Amino acid sequence: MAILPRLGRRPEAPPAESPDIPGVLKRGGNGEGPSGFDKEALKKGAAEVPISVAGWLEERLGQTPALKHTLFRRVPGHDWTYTLGFAVLIAFMSQAVTGVFLAMYYDPSPTQAYASAAFITNELFLGEFVRGMHRWGSTVMIVLIFLHMAQTFFYGAYKYPREMNWLIGVILVTLTLAMGLTGYLLPFDQRSFWATIVAVNLNGTGPIIGPYLGDFLRGGADFNAITISRFYAIHMLLIPGLMIALIGAHLYLVTKLGTTAPPWVKARKRRELAKEEI
Amino acid sequence: MNKREKERYLREYGMIKDETGHPFFPYTVYKDGIMACVVVGVIILMSILFGAELGPKADPTTTTYTPRPEWYFFFLFELLRVVKPPELVILATIGIPTICLILLILLPFIDRSAERHPLKRPVALVAGITTIGAMAYLTILGAVAGAPTEIELPVAAQYQEGKEVTASAGCLACHQFGENGNSGPGPALTNIGAKLPRQAIERTLLNPTAPMPSYQSLQTQDPEAFDQMVDFLASLK
Repeated sequence: MAILPRLGRRPEAPPAESPDIPGVLKRGGNGEGPSGFDKEALKKGAAEVPISVAGWLEERLGQTPALKHTLFRRVPGHDWTYTLGFAVLIAFMSQAVTGVFLAMYYDPSPTQAYASAAFITNELFLGEFVRGMHRWGSTVMIVLIFLHMAQTFFYGAYKYPREMNWLIGVILVTLTLAMGLTGYLLPFDQRSFWATIVAVNLNGTGPIIGPYLGDFLRGGADFNAITISRFYAIHMLLIPGLMIALIGAHLYLVTKLGTTAPPWVKARKRRELAKEEI
Repeated sequence: MNKREKERYLREYGMIKDETGHPFFPYTVYKDGIMACVVVGVIILMSILFGAELGPKADPTTTTYTPRPEWYFFFLFELLRVVKPPELVILATIGIPTICLILLILLPFIDRSAERHPLKRPVALVAGITTIGAMAYLTILGAVAGAPTEIELPVAAQYQEGKEVTASAGCLACHQFGENGNSGPGPALTNIGAKLPRQAIERTLLNPTAPMPSYQSLQTQDPEAFDQMVDFLASLK
């Protein structure tokens, strides 16, 4: 209720002469004519739309403190570097959407993989565009992740109480690189095929789990007929599933703990309060 | 951080939020929204400008191929070329990346000081900049390096096929040909024809000194390709 000062009103049926009508809805009546919108009121009205929506939902779903806390929580420091994490999320979503469209036409079998990739690239309407978005989206995502990570590092944002979020973030970076590796094989051209062979062989040289990891990725001791479908399943089911779960946990913790303030921002009250304590 | 420092941090964080903070909506949402448009715009632009190339179909029996990873793996790839001795190769392929990953995961548990300002954390600052610098350097090195299965030395037309056989036979992993290949552990072969006669080259290929592998199997399976390879090597003067 607290977030909803305007809940009691019914904007869908305002009484025609009410002086309370928000400026946006004013039409004629005041002698201004239909085009005489009050700009300030328009702005204010637009800013209130999500509040009304939140209120509408709140009225019907009951109190939703979660919504209130996420939407109107106070955030310290919101310069542009703080949008990097969200930018990574957007890149991930773009990869998910373009990936779904590619999956509609891609066939992960050794005989059809290249042909379906060629069909997507050469014949399908907007096929090359969507494949290009997926291909370059990975590059954009990696760049953004490294920037996000660098900021977290230099701002000391991995420190108490946000250690767990750093940990989840590092796992997400590793998974993103694994996405790059498994996706690289799928077009099944010369370049991707041989690069993947080398990469999997490198994995196979690792101690203890190395050979098993290599065998798991290839689905056998050598590159064979099921390797592509294995990479495909890992690329579009296993790793994205893990990533979505971990992104959820990452965002939950961000909301719960709050983003760090820039390290050079100090509380004004701090000194005064310290004096009082003494 | 000890208990007092933790409490102090949380208290100060609360104050900063009250004093300088803004509500998530609409301030953060507005900036995030613009950033989202920029990100999607850049992806679309890159797709339009660079497209999605599709090379020739994968052919496991091919003799010419170029195993190049995606650019963001160049730094790992390049580590392999920087580390020369064969007994240390495992360090480059698995050792260093694993150690770096473990350090990265443990970072918040290694650096537990209360200080957050980058300029007041000299060790972290130097370590961070060094890591970024090293990765950037290795990535650039990997980007400008010639493809590891391609020999760019100019040769006469009759040696062209031998050159391709050589390029795909794995020689470049240990030998250098002009600008291509690794400069160790084997000797550079750019002028091998001037140093060894044709027969000696053939003998070495069939009965090499360890750790070089023998090319006996190539001679039995495809004697023509083997001869072309020897001809090509003998022509390098």
